[in-house]
Amino acid sequence: MHYYKPASFAEAVALAAGAEGITRILAGGTDVLVQMRADIVTPDTLIDIKAIPGTHEIARTAEGGWRIGVAVTGAEMSEHPELGRDWPGVVEAMDLIGSTQVQGRATPIGNLCNASPAADSVPAMIAAGAVLNVIGPDGSRDIPAEEVPAGPGKTTLKKGEIATALTLPPRGQNGGDAYQRFIPRTEMDIAVVGCALNLTVEGDQITSARMALGAVAPTALLIPAVTEVLVGKTLDDDALAALAALAEANCNPIDDKRGTVKFRTHVAGVLARRVAQIAYDRAKGAKA
Amino acid sequence: MSKTHVTTKVNGDEVEFLCDPRETLLDVLRDRLGLTGAKEGCGTGDCGACSVTVDGRLVCSCLMLGVEAEGKEIGTVEGIAQGETLHPLQKKFIEYAALQCGICTPGILIAAKSLLEKNPAPTETEVRYWLAGNLCRCTGYDKIIRAVMDTAAEMREAS
Repeated sequence: MHYYKPASFAEAVALAAGAEGITRILAGGTDVLVQMRADIVTPDTLIDIKAIPGTHEIARTAEGGWRIGVAVTGAEMSEHPELGRDWPGVVEAMDLIGSTQVQGRATPIGNLCNASPAADSVPAMIAAGAVLNVIGPDGSRDIPAEEVPAGPGKTTLKKGEIATALTLPPRGQNGGDAYQRFIPRTEMDIAVVGCALNLTVEGDQITSARMALGAVAPTALLIPAVTEVLVGKTLDDDALAALAALAEANCNPIDDKRGTVKFRTHVAGVLARRVAQIAYDRAKGAKA
Repeated sequence: MSKTHVTTKVNGDEVEFLCDPRETLLDVLRDRLGLTGAKEGCGTGDCGACSVTVDGRLVCSCLMLGVEAEGKEIGTVEGIAQGETLHPLQKKFIEYAALQCGICTPGILIAAKSLLEKNPAPTETEVRYWLAGNLCRCTGYDKIIRAVMDTAAEMREAS
């Protein structure tokens, strides 16, 4: 295995584009090192991007959103004084992953690019409308978060392409987001089902909504029809029932030791109701 | 496989080593630097027995490569006592018998020290969540939690 620590993305892209065999990008390493140890993946080329300037920064974008550098950790997101005020659901989702020790290393972009269907931060970033910024031999491009995972362990990034940052849109007025997952214990487990919802309101009326489900299909899913169920409505019992039915209808889970198809489908509806209520309350001014 | 030269600081002392890029920081600490305080329990970041600090941040040394330590400051359990004087956490762990086999103890001491530096007055819930990544199969955790809570109280009085 060759280990490289490039000083710029141009250098990193040249290394990745020219490398033969298996290439992995190293940021927090909480997936890469585990896969190496278990002999699941033994990279021929390992590119540590943490020495590249800007990769550790959380910064406001010119539009008023947020740019999260590729090496930013969960702990740094949770400690940031403003990020969690705009996007509490995204920060909380990331914070659910692993222990204090794992939070010190794990990155949301690693969580997205590891492409686990159960990745906790991914439904939250999809609901938020996050975009992955990548750079490659043919230049830069932006990929909506929901289009990054192609299946378990696979992404739509092309050879030589490297993520540089995750961009969250401006929060704007009267918006709120939330993520919850079901696990059989209180901490340190993999989601059986996860659900994120992000909405804006005008008074009591919902003016926009995005929902994403995790661990109920080969990739985290954006559920576009949520706009038909919620937009223009208040979050009353009818809206919540319709939302739960929509979440259930979009589930395509597997039966495994963590949960059956029937259980996962039911829980998706329950979580959709709960996160919708939290996001709605936050949009109307409740503090995270 | 060619080895990489790494310069880092461990417990305040500058150290240099040569390592294979596949070696973890835990491998390097134990096998190259002779610091066997950090233990390997699972090797996959689940048990916390290998906990160390890197530039003040609590991490699992099994989930970090030795080559990544270049230019960093590493803190291990070997550095928490002042000479012969034990750290208050170490004293309380003995007083409370907060250990049996001792494999998890170095990681828990480092993790607890890191918590108290960040939050000198944690609630019991905060201590339990902070230490959720440090598994102990002997004690049932209660004595550990009480030892950390009492250390925190004593260190607050002393400061």
